Amino acid sequence: MQGSALNQSQSTLNISSQTTPGHSEHPDLRMTGMGFFLVAESMIFIGLFAAFLITRSMVEVWQPEGSEVEILLPGINTIILISSSFVMNRGAAAIKKNDEGGLRFWFGLTALMGAIFLGGQAYEYIHMSFGLTTSIFASFFYVLTGFHGLHVTFGLMLILAVLGRSLKAGHYSEHHHFGVEAAELYWHFVDVVWIVLFILVYLL
Amino acid sequence: MTETLTELSNPHTHEERRWWHYFTFCTDHKVIGIQYLVTSFMFYFIGGALAGVIRTELATPASDVVSPELYNQIFTVHATVMIFLWIVPAGAAFGNYLIPLMIGAKDMAFPTLNAIAFWLIPPGGILLLSSFFVGAPQSGWTSYPPLSLLAGKPGEFIWILSLLLLGTSSILGAINFMVTIWKMRIPRMDIHSMPLFCWAMIATSALILLSTPVLAGALILLAFDLIAGTNFFNPAGGGDPVVYQHMFWFYSHPAVYIMILPFFGALSEILPVHAKKPIFGYRAIAYSSLIISFLGLIVWAHHMFTSGVPGWLRMFFMITTMIIAVPTGIKIFGWLGTLWGGKISFTTPMLFGMGLISAFLIGGLTGVMVASVPFDIHVHDTYFIVAHLHYVLFGGSVLGIFAATYHWFPKMTGRMYNEFWGRVHFAMTFVGLNLTFMPMHELGLLGMNRRVAMYDPRFQNLNLLCSFGTLILAISTFPFIINMVWSWVKGPKAANNPWGGLTLEWQTSSPPSIENFDEEPVMTSGPYDYGLGGKKADFSFLKPKRPAMAGSVEK
Repeated sequence: MQGSALNQSQSTLNISSQTTPGHSEHPDLRMTGMGFFLVAESMIFIGLFAAFLITRSMVEVWQPEGSEVEILLPGINTIILISSSFVMNRGAAAIKKNDEGGLRFWFGLTALMGAIFLGGQAYEYIHMSFGLTTSIFASFFYVLTGFHGLHVTFGLMLILAVLGRSLKAGHYSEHHHFGVEAAELYWHFVDVVWIVLFILVYLL
Repeated sequence: MTETLTELSNPHTHEERRWWHYFTFCTDHKVIGIQYLVTSFMFYFIGGALAGVIRTELATPASDVVSPELYNQIFTVHATVMIFLWIVPAGAAFGNYLIPLMIGAKDMAFPTLNAIAFWLIPPGGILLLSSFFVGAPQSGWTSYPPLSLLAGKPGEFIWILSLLLLGTSSILGAINFMVTIWKMRIPRMDIHSMPLFCWAMIATSALILLSTPVLAGALILLAFDLIAGTNFFNPAGGGDPVVYQHMFWFYSHPAVYIMILPFFGALSEILPVHAKKPIFGYRAIAYSSLIISFLGLIVWAHHMFTSGVPGWLRMFFMITTMIIAVPTGIKIFGWLGTLWGGKISFTTPMLFGMGLISAFLIGGLTGVMVASVPFDIHVHDTYFIVAHLHYVLFGGSVLGIFAATYHWFPKMTGRMYNEFWGRVHFAMTFVGLNLTFMPMHELGLLGMNRRVAMYDPRFQNLNLLCSFGTLILAISTFPFIINMVWSWVKGPKAANNPWGGLTLEWQTSSPPSIENFDEEPVMTSGPYDYGLGGKKADFSFLKPKRPAMAGSVEK
């Protein structure tokens, strides 16, 4: 890389590098920033999970009579959410081959699966036999799943935003697709958090 | 004061910052840095006024100036303001202003995110102070449940909201620092020719990213306990308050390093320049920051030796805490080695820097004392702890902020401060600091409890001494404020490189032009190659030279 090209790439960091030629020549700093952001995000969940585990080890009656959780529906939900990560990956792979139609199809499917997950969670909340303050387990159940649900909602909004932008032909292409990659990384993150959460809250 | 910013003309500046830029959502890292610094100084004066009320109340054993309830509110807000609105943002201030200049970048990696991070601070601060209208939080800055669940719910809730805002700001800032330092250095600057301040900011940012979110988690659960009737931390409903303490200190112990490491970094810049000697042990100082960060994450429960944690846990945390003295000692050794045999000029930044080393040393040594479980149990919640933490935070961080403010004042404003009044400020601060906090060691050993408005009359003489010291500290801020404001407006024009520094920020104009450097800067020597003689000696600060083919720098 010539010095002049380097100069140029540094000066264009401030503005959207999606519009600048030579974007693919330097690593996109926004993905690095996204990575650090997700480190911070995961620490919130690690903190909450640690609180959950320590409290669980302290409290004598963890799940009092009548606060058992159903496994079947959340189990199906889990399968849907995990599969959606793979579906989404197809969309990201499509845009790397400049296939905008593929991106729209796979991301649309991911959004649908995400919405089904949230619907399933809402259904579960409505038919739950216990409320927020019934027991400490119940409180943890609602706060952990609710906090994760907020993240799913935010991830869904990201996917819909990418879908909206992809309707404009040429917005995403082989080399310019930070939005796609960021949404995908976020969605995988939300997915991994759910796997841990499901094991801790439902299975343990 | 600000109107005259427009006067700061400079021949190298193509376009100038107008005074009102400093009140807007501006994405220039230099504007944001100054916004951070001025804002945090405002909160320092507010927090200082609260400290003044505390010491006035404690001048006599009776509760005569404010009611005990108000006293509780005042010390709670004092600590919260000083930590979250003064020292932490002041570290971010220098990070923002200096990092792009030091690594030869035009701005931070994410300028808009940077501006957002700053603009979260004023609302957070105003929110916190507004809690006085509904009854400010009374449970100390630690907000331990169940106490925090019982006293003054609205104030407590406002405190939580304010901290969530300030924590978010801190995290966004840390993301920016990390990416900028990691990815935006000029090509020739490798990680080991980077100024030590950048190393310190990497260590600080890593701590912020790993620990602040855990505090956010704790605060979310506490908020649920407070307003939704859950019992996460409420023993009355079967919850465990110790879990809160673990989560709280998982942030709040690293917070100590978040508050001191940036100023350790600044000190490593200031000492070599004013002693005209290469830094002693560059790599040792650089890596000791990272070691402090790592160890800082695994010592939190030493705050909880009296909270009923099991014996093996106490042992673990006692040992890890004591080990932190090693990397800290390495740093102090490095700084003393830098001063040794140097051509020391006793400028104000240098005086504050030396003040930092000596005062922080006292705080560090009492830190090793309270790390030991039996001693800690004896002095827990007494004024010994108050003395210890103020030697670390005032003697370390605050003296560091003053040193850095004086050192980079010519760069930031293009004007020179008054050296005489700077020295007066230092002398009064240093005397005031020791007079205020030194007797507190004795008070603590004699058994005076912290966080009480009334005390046994036998402690009165020492308390009077502390209050007198606070008066000196209060008076000492006046020469500082007047010096800063007057110099910013009317001070003599500063040269681009008044100290003869070798780091890149001194190779551009004072104040730097909007995009920092007119051409991409070139490193002509290491950051600390002062007076090395022979091939490495390069006093390029005397005559800035650039290689003819600046464009061919390649890596």
